[in-house]
Amino acid sequence: MSMDWKACCREIRCDILRCIGHLGVGHIGGCLSVVELLAVLYFEEMNIDPADPKKPGRDRFVCSKGHAGPAVYATLSNRGYFDKAELLTLNQGGTHLPSHCDMNLTRGIDMTTGSLGQGFSCAVGVALGSKLERDGATIYTLIGDGESQEGQIWEAAMFAAAKKLSNLIAFTDYNKLQIDDTVAKVNDIAPLADKWRAFGWNVIEVADGNDAGQVSAAVKLAKSCRGGEKPTMVILNTVKGCGVKWIEELGSGNHNCNISAEQAEAAIREIRGED
Amino acid sequence: MEMRAVYAECLAELMTQDRHVVVLDADLAKASGTRKLYERFPDQMFDCGVAESNMASIAAGLSSYGFKPWIESFSPFATRRICDQIAISISYAKQNVKIVGTDPGISAELNGGTHMSMEDIGVVRSIPGVVIFEPVDETQLRAAMPVLNSYYGPVYMRLFRKVTPDVFGPDYRFDLFRADTLRTGTDLTICVSGMFTRDVLDVADELAAEGVNCEVINVHTIKPIDRETVIASARRTGAVLTVENHNVVGGLHSAVCEALALERIPVSALGVPDRFGEVGKIPYLRQALGLTKEDIRAAARKAAAAK
Repeated sequence: MSMDWKACCREIRCDILRCIGHLGVGHIGGCLSVVELLAVLYFEEMNIDPADPKKPGRDRFVCSKGHAGPAVYATLSNRGYFDKAELLTLNQGGTHLPSHCDMNLTRGIDMTTGSLGQGFSCAVGVALGSKLERDGATIYTLIGDGESQEGQIWEAAMFAAAKKLSNLIAFTDYNKLQIDDTVAKVNDIAPLADKWRAFGWNVIEVADGNDAGQVSAAVKLAKSCRGGEKPTMVILNTVKGCGVKWIEELGSGNHNCNISAEQAEAAIREIRGED
Repeated sequence: MEMRAVYAECLAELMTQDRHVVVLDADLAKASGTRKLYERFPDQMFDCGVAESNMASIAAGLSSYGFKPWIESFSPFATRRICDQIAISISYAKQNVKIVGTDPGISAELNGGTHMSMEDIGVVRSIPGVVIFEPVDETQLRAAMPVLNSYYGPVYMRLFRKVTPDVFGPDYRFDLFRADTLRTGTDLTICVSGMFTRDVLDVADELAAEGVNCEVINVHTIKPIDRETVIASARRTGAVLTVENHNVVGGLHSAVCEALALERIPVSALGVPDRFGEVGKIPYLRQALGLTKEDIRAAARKAAAAK
């Protein structure tokens, strides 16, 4: 039985818009760009149990671009980690769902992230831990393209390759936009694949990171590299704000933007193809 | 015995007892005295190279996997260089990482001003959740190591790595959260941490001969400070002097002043006078920064007379 990725991703996108729309502001662009990845990991590839979120030996996901928290929460709630109603508490005082991922607050979150660059190093530490425990887990981590400007990313990249952490599969959300402008204009990270290869990583490039079929195939290919000598970087060419035309058209303005309840409702209708 | 040798011996014992105890270096294992442990514990020792930020966050990741990581570097690079990683990857995320900074303050000697942390306690003290501990001698360090290892949560240990004069005897009982009263007295409380503790005891003995009785408290744990012991002593003596190998801003003096803020008791300071360090051997630096035994004696006399 094959997964209906379109329906799965549609639900996650609508939940992202519902919770950020309820609040009126949030990191919409970089949440919508990573939906296909999260769907593939949580609904297909990861060895996890929503009933036992801290199960030893499980696969882990470290969302180093911690501001994509709402996308992860929408995915976790769709996967059964917690009730969907909780999504509407996003960023409200006392919530379990803060804008940036917090392992001590949210069921199913494996690492606290938000200060860019650090989560990736933490994921490397987790992968080292799993290797020492010989538990066979696969450690997944997601970094942003703007985040790739952080020096700590490259410190960790060097270390992971030197220690041959082939149980580590990383993804770059290469949507080409950051807060101030395009990544190319602010401080270009290209040629990105060459950089990762030069740092001793396998590199898989996905032409359309918002096509779940392509993402799924890339993750399977990455998993086949486990047990080898190198960690693997999957570069996902994505669209920031993917799925809602006016949000996509905001460009770098969609990193953290306002959205009214009416706009959110219209966006949900657009995603559902009801307009 | 050098403090780093004691430290390495204790780590070896902890690693032997528990394979989840791991040690991470940033290319200063030789300086920390742990280089020889790499052969003995190949699956518990990891050199991250010259990349302290990565080391700190990797340690947090290992902690989340059930390991008990210790990370080491010179004190400026173990603190001010990675204060965001200590704050977020380690403390905010509630990870169990021990941070060891060697060569604190003037003990960096010939490495000079760039390597001389006058602010490390201040940097770490302002981050919630991190215990700050500074051992004064071999006996205290040996007693503390297993306690630190079994305490769950971040600790910054400020480690003088060479030979230190003995302060504690064989009957010493260590309590991480309880300061040690080394002398009792009625005229002045001297709160001291780290490398000047032996000198403060000598000064207390000399002043006793002059009729000035000093109470000497070794504040080995600067955060959380043992308020009870410090306040009770200050109330008895009515005057306090702090002595430290750190900027008088942000370190032991600040911690003691915060504890005594409502007590209307004068608190004098002897420490680095809010300036950077410079290159030189310890005797020169003590002279240059006003931290000699004579300076301590003069400061104690003045502080006792201030009430």
